[in-house]
This record gives sequence, structure tokens and C-alpha cells, in this order.
Amino acid sequence: MNHGTRAYGMLAEFSTPTALLDAVRAARTEGFRQLEAYAPMPVEGLVEALGSRDTGLPRLALIGAVIGGLGTFALQWFSATAIYPINVGGRTPAWPGLIPSTFEMTVLGAVLAVFFGVLLRSRLPRLYHPIFNDAGFSAASSDRFFLCIEAVDPQYDEPRTRDFLERLRPLRVSVIEA
Amino acid sequence: MSSGAPSELLSDMGPAHEPVLPGAQSYESISAKISDIVLETHTARWWLIAFAACSALTLFFFGSIGYLFYKGVGIWGLNMPVVWAFDITNYVWWIAIAMSGTFISAALHLTRQPWGVSISRFAEAMTVFALAIAGMFPILHLGRPWFFYWLMPYPNMMSLWPQWRSPLVWDFFAILAYLLLSLMFWYLGLIPDFATLRDRARTRGKQVIYGLLALGWRGEARAWQRRQSAQLLLAGLAVPLVVSVHSVVGLDFAAGNTPGWHSTIFPPFFVAGAMFSGFAMAMTIVILLRRAFDLENFITDRHLDNLAKLILAMGLVLAYSYVMEIFMAWYSADRYEIYTSLTRMRGPYAPVYWTLIFCVVIVPQALWSRRVRRAPWVLFAISIVINIGMWLERFMLIVTSEYRDFLPSAWGMFYPTFWDWAILLGSIGFFAWLLLLFVRFVPVISMAEMRELLTHERGAP
Repeated sequence: MNHGTRAYGMLAEFSTPTALLDAVRAARTEGFRQLEAYAPMPVEGLVEALGSRDTGLPRLALIGAVIGGLGTFALQWFSATAIYPINVGGRTPAWPGLIPSTFEMTVLGAVLAVFFGVLLRSRLPRLYHPIFNDAGFSAASSDRFFLCIEAVDPQYDEPRTRDFLERLRPLRVSVIEA
Repeated sequence: MSSGAPSELLSDMGPAHEPVLPGAQSYESISAKISDIVLETHTARWWLIAFAACSALTLFFFGSIGYLFYKGVGIWGLNMPVVWAFDITNYVWWIAIAMSGTFISAALHLTRQPWGVSISRFAEAMTVFALAIAGMFPILHLGRPWFFYWLMPYPNMMSLWPQWRSPLVWDFFAILAYLLLSLMFWYLGLIPDFATLRDRARTRGKQVIYGLLALGWRGEARAWQRRQSAQLLLAGLAVPLVVSVHSVVGLDFAAGNTPGWHSTIFPPFFVAGAMFSGFAMAMTIVILLRRAFDLENFITDRHLDNLAKLILAMGLVLAYSYVMEIFMAWYSADRYEIYTSLTRMRGPYAPVYWTLIFCVVIVPQALWSRRVRRAPWVLFAISIVINIGMWLERFMLIVTSEYRDFLPSAWGMFYPTFWDWAILLGSIGFFAWLLLLFVRFVPVISMAEMRELLTHERGAP
């Protein structure tokens, strides 16, 4: 670890969701683009203020549902007609009887896609993150709201970014070590 | 109860104006109150006593199962013609309890009912535990339980595939899908709360364990938004799944030609019964929970009132189903159907029938009274009576359809043995054991959603 040589970003702490929202908007207006906002709960409008919403999950759900449903139907159909034909009175299996299992697996396919989709798209699990280096960051899961301007931002410059963040009247500003 | 003047004032204002979160709350007080239940090192005396008792019952449960596997299903009282008795009664009873937990949580989430926030977490836990227990019974009731995995479709040396049109195979898929959905829905809700525990824990062990469970959750704006989107999707998927799962349980019975079972009313009738008994079990647990942890500020009288109304509504649907069952038996003009209906009311199992009618049709009518809906201990008693009544209902439906076979020469009675009772009581003990572990080690109310609710009710503090 090379303490103090490289920064991950600069963190400003706020006590209310509205203060955080205002801070994010101000930072965007100022031209900062590599921003992240941390809150102990969903804050309305925060994602829009940062950029755009992630609208990919419903599509993932649909893909999962189609795979689960078609896969289960195909499994039943081919195992009962081709692999191990069940010939009852000369009839192939009536398809309505295959629907309950197909329905259950359609739902399960969608559920699995959504669950793993939400984790992977949020880059979880990831047990270490530089943001945890800040001693006060633990309040982000309880009652504090944080704005982080990351060092990769082209406008990032320690004294000037600090000045900008101080103008937003945060509880404190600190530099996060990478 | 903290009752007294303030709550009377609130009830005068009527439920519409009653806040879901009374008392002075802040983000910090929510985190402190709920996470301290888990993080404080002192373990309450009642918890230790209850845990010891439930551990004993759990051991008894698994001991009984061990003996069952050693000796076979002959240790139970079932025999031809009653081949399904306590085992399947327990199965349907537990799976019905499991039905409503995720349903309560998902339906209240979809309809944006703010009062759902404080009861959905433990309702989901109740689902997961009850479903895990329910899933054991179909395996326990098999003559050769070690072959249960034959239900699973997989390429095998015997070149055998399941009979896809059997409701028992549908049941396998239904339980599998529902168990996984319930677990994932529950866990997705828990991740931010585990992060709160990770950050508030003072001992290294707790920090590591809750840290691992939190998966490194940091609370980025977009992570919250994705989680909300996922919860909405899972809730939307859960509601039809719940209905389908218990419909399939109903089809386990309805697909055969046994009088008393062979009826198209069974799937919706079973769904109504499942909701009803699940709401009742949720009521039982919620009353104990808020009493044990002084959660009256989170689980208010309004929550109990709403839950009681749901129980009453479902009870009426169920009462209608009972009437329709009898009507359809008569209308079918089928002598076996008519006989089965009559023998339920007049035969040797008539006491069971009339007790269950008293428990699930008569007693819930007390919930019309607002005073009853606002009296926690009366509600508690009613919910216990309903739980017992619903167990008797399944017993009645199962046994009275079997014990009079088509030919009188094949008639026979069912009497439970010690081991029948052992496994029923043991399963209840195991359920309580899991719930006790849950309330001690997992936050019983979603802190993240409570904070959100606080923001909505008060504006930003």
C-alpha cells in the first residue's frame, strides 16, 4: 500500500437526501462526470441527477423467462416423444399437461436472471472497495449521504475540487486513498 | 403496549390519517432500534428458554425422521385405504403457511402499501422456513424416500424420464421455483440491511460474517435503483407463482377420481385456504414479535387491523368454497360425491368437521368488530384457533375422502400413532427454532425501506 500517493477520489458527507441531491446537481453543472452518490436508501431523482437509470433488468427477465419456458417445454416434449416415448392409446402427450411445469420454470428462469442480473450489474459481490478506506463511510449504511468525485474525472484537481465541495456546505470533505 | 392517550387520538382520526410510523423517528433511531436487536451481545432470557425448548423439539423431529427412515412408513397409523394422512396434511398445512408470506410482501409491494414495509421481512422469512419444512413431507411419505430424486429430469442409466403429466411432477417444479424465488426475494431485500449490520457491528466476527452476507454493498445510487427494479420484477413474478403453486397442490388431489377430491373448485379453493392460514400464521408471529422486541412503533395497531381484515376477507372466500363444495356434490347427482359430503358431517370424523367449521368459519366472524381487530391478544387467540382449524381442514379433506372407498369391503379407519404426532409437533418446533434464529441474527424489519418510508411520510428530516 502506498499511502497518500494516489487518491481514489474526494468524498463529501451530507446529512439529508436533499442536500446530496443538490450537491450532485451542482457537481454535474460544474462539469464533473465521474461521480458516485452513496445513500442508506433509494433517493428519488438521484440516479437521474447522476446520469441515466439502468433499465436493463426487465429485458434480462424476459430472456430468462424465454429460456426457462422453452427449455422446459422442449425437455418435456422431446423426452416424452423421442427419447422415451410414452404411448398411451397411440397418442403423443397432450401439450396442456406440460404447461404447469413450463409455467413454473418460466417464472424461475426470469427470477434467476433478475437476481443474478442485479448483482452482476452492480458489480457485486465485491468485498473490497477503496471507498471503505474512509473511516466515516460506515455511516453511509445508516444515516449519512455521500458524494464522491472520483480521481479519474478529467476535471479532478485536489485543491480545486476540495474548494468546490466545501462550497456545497457538507459536514466534511476527505480524500479517499486508492 | 404503549397505548394510552396518543393511540386513542390516532384511532379517532381514522385509519386513513393514521401514520404508519408513529413516534419520533429518525434515520439513526431506525437503524439503532432494529440493528440493536441483532447486535447487542446480551441475549434475552425468554429467547434462551424458548430456544432450548425448540432445540429439544427440533432434535425430536429429526430423531423421529431418523426412526421413520429406519423402520418405514409403517410406524404411522396410515394403511389402506387411508394412505395419505398426517404426512400430506402436514405438507399442505405448511405449504399453505408458506404461501402467504411472499404473497403479503409482494402484493403490498406492488400496490405500494406503506404498512407492508414493517411486516414483509418476517413474512418472507416465514415463507422460506415453512416451505423448507413443507418440502420435506412429500419425501418423508415415500415408501422408498431415497429415490425421491427420480422426480428430477436428468439423463440417467435407466433411460427413465418423469411422467410429465403427473401433478406430483408439477409439484416438484412448483416447490423448486417457489423456494428459490422466496429465498432470492428475501435475500435481495436483506443485502443493504446486512451492510448496516456490517458497519455497526463492533466485534470482528460479526463484521466479517455480516460483511460477507452484505456482498460488499455500498449503497450507490444506481445499485439502489437496480435493486428497486429487481424487487418490483420479483414481486410481479411472485404473485402469479404463489397462485400457481398452491393450485398445483390442489391438483395433486383434484386430478384423481376420488370422491371429495375430484373437483375443479380445488385449485382456487386451496389458494384461498392457503392465503387464509398464512395470514393467520403471520398474525400469530407478528403479535409475538412486536411484543418481544417492543416494536409497537414499527408494527402498529393499524398493521394488525389491516391483517385482520385480510383474514376476514379470505375466511369469507373459504366459507363460500365450503358451501360450493357441498352444493356441487349435490348438483353432480353422483352418489359417491353426495355420500362423501354427508359422511364428513355425520360419519366418525364428524367432530373434526364441525370443529374446523367452528374454527375457520364461525370464529373469524369476530373480526367484523373493530374492537376485536384492535385487541392484540384477542387477535392472537383467533389466529391460533384458525391455524388449528386449517390443519383440521386438511386432515378432514384428506382422510374423509379416502376412508370410505367405493366398495364397503375396502373401508377402513385412520388412527394416528405416537410417531404421527411426533413429526407434527417436531415440525412446529423446528419452525419456531428457525424463527428464533432469524429474530436473533437477522434484522426483523427492513431498515432501508423504513428509512424510505420516513422520508416519504415526513419529507426529508
